[in-house]
Amino acid sequence: MKQTITFNLNGESVQVEIEPHLTLLQLLRDKLELTGTKEGCGMGECGACTVLLDGKTINSCIFPAMEVEGRSVTTIEGLTDAQGNLHPIQKAFVEYGAIQCGFCTPGMVLSAKALLDENPKPTEEEIRNGIAGNLCRCTGYLQIVQAIKAASGQ
Amino acid sequence: MEEFINVGKRIPKMDAEEKVTGKAIYIHDLKVPGMLYGKILYSSHPHAKIKSIDTSKAEKLPGVKAVLTGYNIPPIKFGVYKDNVPLKANKVCSLRDEVAAVAATDPEIAEEALNLIKVEYEILPAIFDPEEAMKEGAPLIHEEHVGGKEKKPTNVLNFPWRLIAGDVDEARKNSAYVAQDRFKVTWVAHCCMGTSGCLAQFDQKNNLTMYSITQIPSLAQRDYMDALATMGLKDKRVRVIKTMIGGGFGSKLDTYAFEYIAILLAHKTRKPVKILFSREEEFFATSPRQPAIIDIAQGCSKDGKLTFRDIKMVLDNGAYTSWGATTPSVMMMPISSLYKVPNVRYVAKCVYTNNTYSQAMRGYGNPQATFAIDSQIDILAEMAGIDPLDFRLRNANTPGEVTPQNFKIITCGLRECIDIVAQKLDWRQNRGRRDGRGMGMASMIHVGGGARVYKSDGCGTIIKMDDFGTVNVFTGATDMGQGSETVIAQIVAEELGVRVEDVVVTHTDTDICPWDVGAHASRTTFVAGNSARGAAKKVKDQLLEVASKSMGESPENLDIRDRTVFSKKDPEKKSPLGKVLRAAHYTAGGSMVMAEHFYDPTNENLDREFKGNLSVTYAYGTHGVEVEVDKETGQVKILKYIAAHDVGRAINPMLLEGQVYGGATMGIGYALTERLILKDGKVMNPNFLDYKMLTAKDVPNIETIVIETNDPFGPFGAKGIGEPGLVPTAPAIANAIYDAVGVRVKDLPITPEKVLAALKEKRIQETVVRIQKK
Repeated sequence: MKQTITFNLNGESVQVEIEPHLTLLQLLRDKLELTGTKEGCGMGECGACTVLLDGKTINSCIFPAMEVEGRSVTTIEGLTDAQGNLHPIQKAFVEYGAIQCGFCTPGMVLSAKALLDENPKPTEEEIRNGIAGNLCRCTGYLQIVQAIKAASGQ
Repeated sequence: MEEFINVGKRIPKMDAEEKVTGKAIYIHDLKVPGMLYGKILYSSHPHAKIKSIDTSKAEKLPGVKAVLTGYNIPPIKFGVYKDNVPLKANKVCSLRDEVAAVAATDPEIAEEALNLIKVEYEILPAIFDPEEAMKEGAPLIHEEHVGGKEKKPTNVLNFPWRLIAGDVDEARKNSAYVAQDRFKVTWVAHCCMGTSGCLAQFDQKNNLTMYSITQIPSLAQRDYMDALATMGLKDKRVRVIKTMIGGGFGSKLDTYAFEYIAILLAHKTRKPVKILFSREEEFFATSPRQPAIIDIAQGCSKDGKLTFRDIKMVLDNGAYTSWGATTPSVMMMPISSLYKVPNVRYVAKCVYTNNTYSQAMRGYGNPQATFAIDSQIDILAEMAGIDPLDFRLRNANTPGEVTPQNFKIITCGLRECIDIVAQKLDWRQNRGRRDGRGMGMASMIHVGGGARVYKSDGCGTIIKMDDFGTVNVFTGATDMGQGSETVIAQIVAEELGVRVEDVVVTHTDTDICPWDVGAHASRTTFVAGNSARGAAKKVKDQLLEVASKSMGESPENLDIRDRTVFSKKDPEKKSPLGKVLRAAHYTAGGSMVMAEHFYDPTNENLDREFKGNLSVTYAYGTHGVEVEVDKETGQVKILKYIAAHDVGRAINPMLLEGQVYGGATMGIGYALTERLILKDGKVMNPNFLDYKMLTAKDVPNIETIVIETNDPFGPFGAKGIGEPGLVPTAPAIANAIYDAVGVRVKDLPITPEKVLAALKEKRIQETVVRIQKK
C-alpha cells in the first residue's frame, strides 16, 4: 500500500506517494531523480548518502523515507543559491583541491555544512570529528579539512 | 628558471564544480530507456563441481527477461591467461565464481530471481595456502593447467619471473654483514567509494555501446570486441563511453566477468542492461592487492655499501589471472634499482589457490617489495652499526646511473629527498631513543616516464580550435579523479598561449578520443602530457602560419600570449586569436586549425632476462615518520609524516599534493589497519565496519615536499606521481615502530595485537638473555 508523505525538500514543499519500506535514499535517487546523493555502501557506514534532516546529518541509505513527513530535508542539490552560485563550502572544496573522484563529495559537503552551522569556528580536531562518518579514498582528507577551515573563515 | 603562465599553478580541477554540486553523472546515476537490471549469482563453495543448475523457477518470475548460466553462453574467455569465463560451467574455483545471471525489469525482481535458482554442487577439496598449493598432490585449481619441463599438472603459473644481475652467491660470501628475513603482506581492497558497474547496450545492427568506468578504454574496447567475435558478432563496433569514475587505483585495469555478463544479457534481451555492484560484492567479487610471502636477504660491506639483494617470493594468485598476475615484473623495479645494489637475484612464483584472484592496485607490486627491502635496510644498517640515514645516503641512486636491470637514471632527487626528510624530522637529534617514540624512513623508485608494459606505451591527442579561440582537446587519457583532465589543459594552455578556461578536454568516448593504453603506471601526466603538448605545438604552428598571412609577419617572428598573436619584433603588432581563426575559416581556400599527435615514449620492453629501460625516467621519493607506540595497548600513533618526492616538475602543485596525501593515506592503512580477511576462501569483512579504512580522525597531517629535478623528457619537466605516495609508507612506519620500541613486525598490517605479541616476545628473549648471563 502506497502512502502519501509531505515534506520540505531543499526549500520547497514536496508531496509524494511511496511504498512504506522505501529508504530516503531510494526516494531521493529513484523517485525524485536527485542523484547528487550517492550510495556508497547501503549500510550507513560510508557517509556518501549523507543529507541533512532539519539541519542534522543522517545516512539516507538506512533512513526510512516515511519518517521525513513534515520535516525538512537538504540535499546537495539544495546547497547552491537561487542563481546557482556555489555555497561557500562548495567553493572552498573546489578551490582547495578537496575533490578527486568526487563520489564522497556531496555527503562530505553536507557534513561540513551541519558542522559549521552548529560550530562556525571549529578547531581542526572538531572538523576531523565532524567528517569522521564520511569515508574518502582519494584525498587523505587533508585538503577537505583545509577547505572546511577556509569556509569557516579561519 | 623559466616563467610559466599555466604550468606550476594551483588550478582547481575542471570537473570539481560538477562534482561538488552533485551534477556529475556516475555509472550509478545512469539510466537509459528500457533498461534492465542485471544481477549475478555467485558460487556457494570455494571449490566444487557443478552437478546441475535449475533456473526454471527464476525464468518464470514476472519481470525476469533472461537467465544465463555457463551452459547457455558462448565460450568467451578472459584474463591474462584466458583462464576465466563470464559464467562458470562444470566447476567453480572460488567463492566469487559467477554461476548464473539474471536480467529483470527491476533490481529487486532480479535479486528475487537469483534466490529461485537451484545449484547442486559436489564439493571438492580446496586449497588456500599458496605454499601448500605448490606441493605435489595438492588439489588442482585448473586440472588442465600444466607447467615445468615435464608439462605436469600444477598450480604454479608458467610465468618465469627471474631476474639475475651479477653474482649473488659470490657477493654474499664476501659481505661483511648479511640479513635474512621473511616478510608477509596480505590482501587489501581498493575501496573505491563508487562501486563497480557498467551498462551494455546494442543497437539494431548489433554494435555495442558500453557505458563503463574502465581505466583502459582502448584495451577494454578490444576485450569486448573479442567477446563479440566469440558471440558470433565479428566485425561489430564497440564504443566505450566512460561515466564519471568513483575511484580507480588500478581496480579498473582489466575487464571482468560482470562486464561480459552485462553484454551477454543485453544481447540476449535486446535491451540495455545495467549491472551495479553492492558494497558487499565490491569487497568479495572485485580483485584486491596480491598477498606475498617474501624471503629476502641483503648484504653490505663493512662500510655499509650494499653488496647484494636476493629475493624469493610466492604470490597467492587466487583462482584466475588478471593483469595483476604480472606484478612481479614491477616488483623487479625496486628489487633491482632501489639504492645502488650491484648483485641482484629475484625469483617469484604465482600460485593458483581457491582464494579470490588479485589485480593491480596503486603501486602494482612495488609497495609489497619495498616493504621488505626498506624494512630490511634498517635491519642491515643496525648490523653494520650505521645510522640508517647514513646507510641510505651511502647507497642512494644518482643521476647518470644504469641500474642492474638496465634502467637509465636521467634525473634523480633521491638524496635530496632523504636529506630533507631527515632535516624535517630532526633525525640526528631525535632518533634512537627507544622511549616509545621513534622515527623511521623509507624510500621508493617508480616508473615516472611511462612504462612499456605493452608493445606500445603510446597516447594520442587531437586538438581542434573553434572560431572564438576555444581549444577542444580530445585525449586518450582517463581521468578517474586524479586530475589528468586539468593537467592536460594546463599543458595545452601553456604551449598555446591561452588560458586554462579556454581549454575543453574530452576523454570519455572511444568514438571520439584517440587511442591510449590506459591510466596505469603513473604514466598519464608524462605520456598523455607529452602527447597533448606535441599536438598543441602543431596547432600553434598552424595558428602562426595563418596569422602570418593576415599580419604580414613571418611565422618565426610571431608568438601567442594570453589569447593574442603578437610580433616578437614589434609587440604592438598583434591580433586576437579568435580573429586569426575566423580569418582561417572565412577566407577563400581557408583551413581548419586542427592537429593530432601520437606520443610513444622511447622506453623499452623488458627483454627475456627482464632487463631494459622500462621507463624514460624514474620517480623517487622518501617518507619519514615519527610515531608513538603505546606499550600497553600496542597502538601506533603517527605524530609526524613527511613525504618528499622527486616529481620532475609539479604541473599543478595542488593536485600533485592530493596524489601524495591520498597515496600516503592509503599506505598508512596498508601499514597499520587494512586487510581483507579471508577464511577458507571467504571474505570475512566485506563492509566498512570490519574493513578498517582510515577516517579523517585517523589520518595525521602529511607534509608534502616537492623536489623538482626538471626532467628533460617530461612535459615541462614533469614525472608521474600517481602511485609513488603509497610505496614507501609501510616500511617507513615499520622502521619508526622499531626505533620507538625495538620490535620489528614483518607482516602487514602492523596491528596492535602484532605489536603487543612482538613486545612480549622481546621481553621473554631479554629475560632469557639475562638468565643466561647470570
